[in-house]
Amino acid sequence: MRENHGGAGPLLEVRNVSLQFGGIAALTDVNLTVHPGELMSVIGPNGAGKTSLFNCITGLYRPTAGDIFFGGRRINGLTADRIAALGIARTFQNIELFSHMTTLDNLLLGRHLHMRAGFFDAAFATRRWWRNEVAQRRRVEEIMDMLDLQSVRHRRVASLPYGMQKLVEVGRALATEPRLLLLDEPSAGMTEEEKADLVFTIRDVQEELGIAVVLGGDDLRMVMEISQRIVVLDRGRVIADDVPAVVQKDPKVIEAYLGEEAMDPARGA
Amino acid sequence: MFFWQLVLSGLSIGSLYAVVGLGIVLLYRTSRVLNFAHGDLAMVTTMIAYSLLTSAGVVFAGSVALTLLAAFALGSLFYFIVIRPVKEATLLGQIITTAGFALVLGGAAVVIWGAGTKALPFPLSRFRFYDVFGLRIDQLTIGSFIVSVITMLLLYLLVQKTKFGLAMRAVSQNDAAARVLGIPVRRVYAVTWGVSAVLGAIGGLLLAPVTFVSPTMMFDPFLKGFAAAVLGGLDSLPGVIIGGVILGVVENVFGGYVSTAFKSTVAFVMIIAVLLVRPEGLLGRKFQRRV
Repeated sequence: MRENHGGAGPLLEVRNVSLQFGGIAALTDVNLTVHPGELMSVIGPNGAGKTSLFNCITGLYRPTAGDIFFGGRRINGLTADRIAALGIARTFQNIELFSHMTTLDNLLLGRHLHMRAGFFDAAFATRRWWRNEVAQRRRVEEIMDMLDLQSVRHRRVASLPYGMQKLVEVGRALATEPRLLLLDEPSAGMTEEEKADLVFTIRDVQEELGIAVVLGGDDLRMVMEISQRIVVLDRGRVIADDVPAVVQKDPKVIEAYLGEEAMDPARGA
Repeated sequence: MFFWQLVLSGLSIGSLYAVVGLGIVLLYRTSRVLNFAHGDLAMVTTMIAYSLLTSAGVVFAGSVALTLLAAFALGSLFYFIVIRPVKEATLLGQIITTAGFALVLGGAAVVIWGAGTKALPFPLSRFRFYDVFGLRIDQLTIGSFIVSVITMLLLYLLVQKTKFGLAMRAVSQNDAAARVLGIPVRRVYAVTWGVSAVLGAIGGLLLAPVTFVSPTMMFDPFLKGFAAAVLGGLDSLPGVIIGGVILGVVENVFGGYVSTAFKSTVAFVMIIAVLLVRPEGLLGRKFQRRV
């Protein structure tokens, strides 16, 4: 069952995945490949199946058919926490933060996978406990520096502006130290300025940390600008998979978007 | 002097209500399920302790350890075989399920151990007294107070300082987010049920010398623990401790000066009064609908 693709193989492989809710097909026969360190996007009109696909990959949904491989290992059927432990992190379209906690606590929760704080260690505040605590906090500080979150570290996230909350969510995902980061509509609700910052952040993540990023695209201009490759979904099917310049001129893509928005990158979404 | 005597024993019984209530709150905080089987779970584990001590002849410390283990196992088992299968049900449905399970446990206890009242051999006596700051206090009162406080401290460590406690708080706030961060949500729920049952068992064991062991022994303590939780705020662990202590002291003082028959009534009237002013309880978070 298990295939080993070695270091050069694809990081994520979605093979013939379908997802049905009752009689409704959310995804039909979806194929998609992400290579290590790649920055790609999945776009499509509303309801095309981007979020369903992300949910399948992260184990929140189980595909009705097909397989998903991560680093050569089959992951469909694993629970969400096991998949996270393998190195897939994500953000959500509608921000899912621990809204009663501070920015710092949210990021620290992202370190959960790497924590070693058992009952005995905590009770006696052993050296191991302290060392671990310090290590986790140091890593979180680095991420906060990178994302410019230092000024809001002790603020309850529910009180932060929307764009800032999105960044906290990205930071929390990064704190898990993933190999693959799925960002579901990260720029939705952001101001133009925040969007510009986000582009830099995503590039930093991909280039400096070497993390593969899949952008669940919302803002077409941004997607065209930064993606190395774009997969277009329409009503749960993949209708295009190519570099931005080709995807942009694909008649099927233009048709899918007609009535939604024109495929004009100069105007954006 | 008489007054302080009443306060002190109220403090002790109140801390037991708090321990029972902590189990209810811990679970509610994490899963929003109110466990109406909490008292009966505690009763069954106390029955197990009784069997270990009498028929099996295990020494006291060993029996307590085994009983707490059994409580943990029962609690998490309950989650896996009863609560998890109905996870698609509404919250109210899950709560009703716990009420149904309470009846099952009550019935099972009668079948296995009989409906009669039994005495649990307990190493602390109600009739050996100590002089503390001029007050006469019995061994059991002091003992249960100390054990309650230690239990609370251990729970504090677990919830506030360990990886598991952090996971528990995360799960209570956002299930989906917790899962994608690698938190094994199912295991967190199961352990929470287990710890909650252990808290109930500690309460049951300490109450057993006073209430004696019977299938209905936890009825009143469960109600008081629940009341303590409501008074302090259902989602606040410090709240239920304060609630339990207030409840214990008020009913004891009233019982001492006015009437023992009405001491519970007065306690509940007081709770109603507090809830009229603060519906969310003393330390509870204001109710708000998630949008």
